[in-house]
This record gives sequence, structure tokens and C-alpha cells, in this order.
Amino acid sequence: MAVHGKGRPGGGRKPEWAQGLKKLYDSVVEEPLPDDLAALLARLDEEGKK
Amino acid sequence: MTAAATVPRQLIPRSDADRAAFKRDLAAVVPHLRAFARGLCGRPDMADDLVQETMLKAWAAQDRFEPGTSMRAWTFVILRNIYLTDMRRNRFRGEYDELVAERILVEPAGQEAPLHLADLHNALLSLPPERREALLLVGAGGFSYEEAAEICGCAVGTIKSRVGRARAALSQMIEAGGVPDADRKGKEAHAAIMDELDMVAAGDGLTEHLR
Repeated sequence: MAVHGKGRPGGGRKPEWAQGLKKLYDSVVEEPLPDDLAALLARLDEEGKK
Repeated sequence: MTAAATVPRQLIPRSDADRAAFKRDLAAVVPHLRAFARGLCGRPDMADDLVQETMLKAWAAQDRFEPGTSMRAWTFVILRNIYLTDMRRNRFRGEYDELVAERILVEPAGQEAPLHLADLHNALLSLPPERREALLLVGAGGFSYEEAAEICGCAVGTIKSRVGRARAALSQMIEAGGVPDADRKGKEAHAAIMDELDMVAAGDGLTEHLR
């Protein structure tokens, strides 16, 4: 049966993989930032001071 | 109704403090951009390229960001637009790499059930792009249907339908053991995704306000 919440999804019975999906996403979120992205952030900062 | 509500939003040049705050907020969402991008394109290297472009574009467009609104949603729109544009320019076409795909499927493996997550990731990548992104936004990113609809530039009902179909497909694949095999079906899935992407790009396409 489809779950149609008001805005915030969820609520019904969640399949086992639903937590895994979140875990996949979170595993990337929790990775250390790669050097090139960190360097880019730093460059943006310098640009902001111009 | 106030005049402010009817006058188009002006682009107000940011002060140094504003720019610093913007940069801080942008830095905070970069991990989420990486997660969204990886879910969309399935390859860590491409995903981080997308994130880099997104950061540059967001920085250049920062005057258009309304303080107090969601930086994550705003940057996701930018990333999605870059992704769709790149895909339409064939940037990623034909680049499905079995070895890389194999590596990706192992990479996110956690300590508990690596095989399960690998299967899930594989199944996710086999979904049509518009359903995959809807599920990523709602099921993984924690956005509401309304927020996801805003990001994708489509109706809330459309997002609900896409999420519902994505969930049904994943449930069928995973619970019934029908997860596509990365080696054999990866290319087929990739080709199908490319075909459907044209449809997505032609239909809902890019959200206009951040092009």
C-alpha cells in the first residue's frame, strides 16, 4: 500500500533496505573531505577576501 | 499584501561577513552534495567533479541565495542542473566502467552488511534517473516531498509517484532477489538510464531559477 504522508514521508512499514539507503547516503556524508574539495573551499575563501 | 511580496527579489551585493557566512554554509553542505552526487551518477570521481562545479557555480551565484533558506536544497538544485546538463552533453555516456562500478559497490560497505549495501547500491543505480533522484532526496536525504518537488522542479504528486515507484522497484529487486548483477547488467542498466534521462531532461528538465 502506498504511503502518502503530508509532506514528511515515511510512517508506514519500512522495508529493510530503507535504512540501508540512508546508511549509504550517510556513509558518504561521513567521509573525510577530499583534499581537492578542501582546497577549493580554501580558494573560495581567498576569493571572498578580494 | 506588502509591496515587498510583489516586487521581484533584488540581487543584493553581499558584505564580507555575508560572504564568509555563505562560505561556511556552503562548506557544511559539501558532504551532502557528495552523497547526492554519488547517488545520482554512481561514481565517486564523477560525483566529486560535480560537487566541484556545484561549489563554483554556487559561489558565483551567491547573491541569488536567500539567507535563511536551505543551503542544502539550493545547492542540490545547482548540482542536479549540472548533472542533467552534463548528461545531455554526453559527458557520461558510454563511460560505464565495470571495474569502477565493482569498486563503487564495495566502497560504501559498512561493517555490518556489506553485501546488502552493495546490492542496494547496485539496485539504486539501476533505477530510472528521475526515480533514483526522488528516492535519494526523500529516502536518503531526508527532504520532504514538497522540498524534493522544489528541487526537481516538478509537482509534489509527481515526486510522490516517483518515490513510490522507486520503492516498489527496490523492494521487488531486493526482497525478491532480483538485484541486477553489476558485471552483466550494468551496461544494460546504464543504457536504459541514458535513454530515460533524455526524457527527464526534456520533461521536467532543469529548474530555471538557477541555470
